[in-house]
Amino acid sequence: MMKKTWVAATLAIGLAASLAGCSAGNGGDSTGGQKLTVMIGSSGDAETAAVEAATAAWAADNDATVEVVVASDLNQQLSQGFAGDAAPDLFYMGWDQFQTYASNGYLDPYADNLPNKDGFYPTLTDTFSYDGTFTCAPKDFSTLGLIINTDSWAAAGLTDADVPTDWDSLETVAKTLTTDTQVGLSFGLEYARAGAFMNQAGGHLVSDDGTTVDADSAENIAGLEYIQKLHTDGVLKFPTELDAGWSGEALGAGKAAMVIEGPWIKGIAADFPDTNYAAYELPAGPGGQSTFSFTNCWGIPQNSDTADAATSLVEFLTSDDQQLKAAAAFGVIPSTESAAATYAETYPENASFVASADYAVSPVNFAGSASAMTDFNSKLEGLIGGDPKAILESLQTSLQATLDEANAK
Amino acid sequence: MARTLTAGARGSRGGIRSGEAKFGWLFISPAIIIIGLFLVVPILLALYVSFSNWNGLGSPIGNSKVIGTGNYEKVLIDDGLSKSDFGTSIRNNLYYVLLVVPLQTTLALFLAVQVNRRVLKGRGLFRTAFYFPSVTSSIAITSIFLFLFTASGAVNSVLQWFGVNGPNWFNDPSGVIHNLLAGAGVTSAPAALAGEGPLGISWWEWLSGPSVAMSTLIILAVFTTSGTFMLLFIAALQNISGEIDEAAVMDGAGGLRKFFSVTLPMLTPTLFTVLTLGLIGSWQLFDQVALTGGGAPGKTVLTPAYLAYDTSFTELKWGQGAAISFILFVIIVALTLFQRYVLRDRDVGKKAERNRIRRDAEIHASAARATYQEGLK
Repeated sequence: MMKKTWVAATLAIGLAASLAGCSAGNGGDSTGGQKLTVMIGSSGDAETAAVEAATAAWAADNDATVEVVVASDLNQQLSQGFAGDAAPDLFYMGWDQFQTYASNGYLDPYADNLPNKDGFYPTLTDTFSYDGTFTCAPKDFSTLGLIINTDSWAAAGLTDADVPTDWDSLETVAKTLTTDTQVGLSFGLEYARAGAFMNQAGGHLVSDDGTTVDADSAENIAGLEYIQKLHTDGVLKFPTELDAGWSGEALGAGKAAMVIEGPWIKGIAADFPDTNYAAYELPAGPGGQSTFSFTNCWGIPQNSDTADAATSLVEFLTSDDQQLKAAAAFGVIPSTESAAATYAETYPENASFVASADYAVSPVNFAGSASAMTDFNSKLEGLIGGDPKAILESLQTSLQATLDEANAK
Repeated sequence: MARTLTAGARGSRGGIRSGEAKFGWLFISPAIIIIGLFLVVPILLALYVSFSNWNGLGSPIGNSKVIGTGNYEKVLIDDGLSKSDFGTSIRNNLYYVLLVVPLQTTLALFLAVQVNRRVLKGRGLFRTAFYFPSVTSSIAITSIFLFLFTASGAVNSVLQWFGVNGPNWFNDPSGVIHNLLAGAGVTSAPAALAGEGPLGISWWEWLSGPSVAMSTLIILAVFTTSGTFMLLFIAALQNISGEIDEAAVMDGAGGLRKFFSVTLPMLTPTLFTVLTLGLIGSWQLFDQVALTGGGAPGKTVLTPAYLAYDTSFTELKWGQGAAISFILFVIIVALTLFQRYVLRDRDVGKKAERNRIRRDAEIHASAARATYQEGLK
């Protein structure tokens, strides 16, 4: 009897908890247009607190209430919200999912009417334009840079003059920095890193007019072959080979002297407070300088009753003043050129990330491209000892098919 | 139908059982409503979605239209990533099932027989120890395995004592059979296998075997589920009375003979349960895939269940995701029916018929002999 009561009680609690979980995920109702739910995928307490403070400031000025919901899995919770007609009034929208969401009619193209729409970096405006319409306002961005462990650098007898500016010098310093316990260079073997090398070699994946895929070009092959060469020479190892979850961990633990990461590298301070590092622009390849920019925008659901209030909130959040506050709180680079310039002056250690924005490109993200890029990533795992041409030919086929499908829509 | 009519007729007569049917319906209605609302309706809706162009915006009813079998064709017929991804996931899961189900059943049975022996001291301790992995959350165990099987983790350190350089377990996409063939000097597809096989991946790919990463998950599954099924086998073993064992011993059966000719046949119903549960469970592999990186390395850990989730929630192709789920459903039902056929009760069917005829004939013959001998007296 006692046992049965226990089981019943556990079931009841479990059910109540799961129901509560559902209602939290739905983002609540948005009556009156002045009660907003903002769903974010937070990097940590600092970001959550900063967003809460900023939205509260806006709410106080506009006689509204704003509830910030931190999603544990943003994509999944957004999907559930949209399917249940209960999407949050404002949410983080990643660059990789943006086109898929926009092409399915999920997003309100409010950004074209924002007063500060010309202040954003053009590359970010491009990323968040669907069908030529600037759809959602970028909230911040980051670029990839070369992060160097300055202690290892000095120990190897290198100076500021040796900071690599092209592939040859990168190879040379990587060799110098490689010791028995430390590898010269490390980065995750995925499109988001390898793609930068392909672009530096002068390659691209999708033509400017957005109709043809040029994945198996000689330039792209050269980019992958360069990575192969570095690995064969033993000066490049991937984080998985170094028992690190990502290359930042390898840098912090002293297993890699140089890594390719973005401003989020400062997150390693928690685990490796003693590691000293500096960020530089990525070295140029035969085709010039190139890096990737990653960004999020503020999404507003299509046909939302609270779109006006949410737009006003976005305008507030993307103002230079608020973006610089966010930058101070959790280290992201502001998405407007004027605020980014101020940021680069305030945080000179991150100035190289801002400088890279001039030539940074967004990784391929057209609707449906995610599956082709995931497939490319899985094929890249066979790059070492494999055939770059075959890998890129397979990408050519799958990416062209998805591009045709996206364009036919 | 006839039953309802009689009940109704009785009710109209107003006997002591009047209104019984009405109350019957009343009492089972909570269960019917709950099952209908949370099981039948969602399944029917998902079936509809698999034939529709719903893109996840609003309710499927009213926001989508039927597009026929397009979603199924994308997964099964049309060349492209959708088909080859599905083929890859089926291949991965097939190897997983082929290894996990027999291994976990055998191990569970072995453990059950061992801890059921009366001579074993501390049986309770062993039972608890073997059952423990089953009650622990799969996410927790997977996390522990991730640490155990890193390149310089505990497992590889132990292997090092024996001079073996362990693989980079969870990051090694190479197939086990491919690796064995590579040992024999075959590193690329022979001409006969290079051609395209079913579902958009080549025969060579089909024959890769589970990847090293998948093998780690197989070890994990056998480790965690054997305890659960051991419990089922113990319950069944305790139902076999001691007399049967003794009778077998009296008839001169040794340990192995007794196990295979007496114990195992009596465990067939439990064996069926265990195999069915194992089969269904292993085709629905999801948690471990989600935790180890959604199919990484090289999609060799991708399973249909995870692919359905990813297609729906990330690519927003809800119809295609639902179609994958229903194909998986058909595969599971078909395999369960097949397994039921293989393990069917031998007391029915042709062979049983022959046995019965022979037995009857013997009884008649002995009866006739008895009568004859009686007549002689």
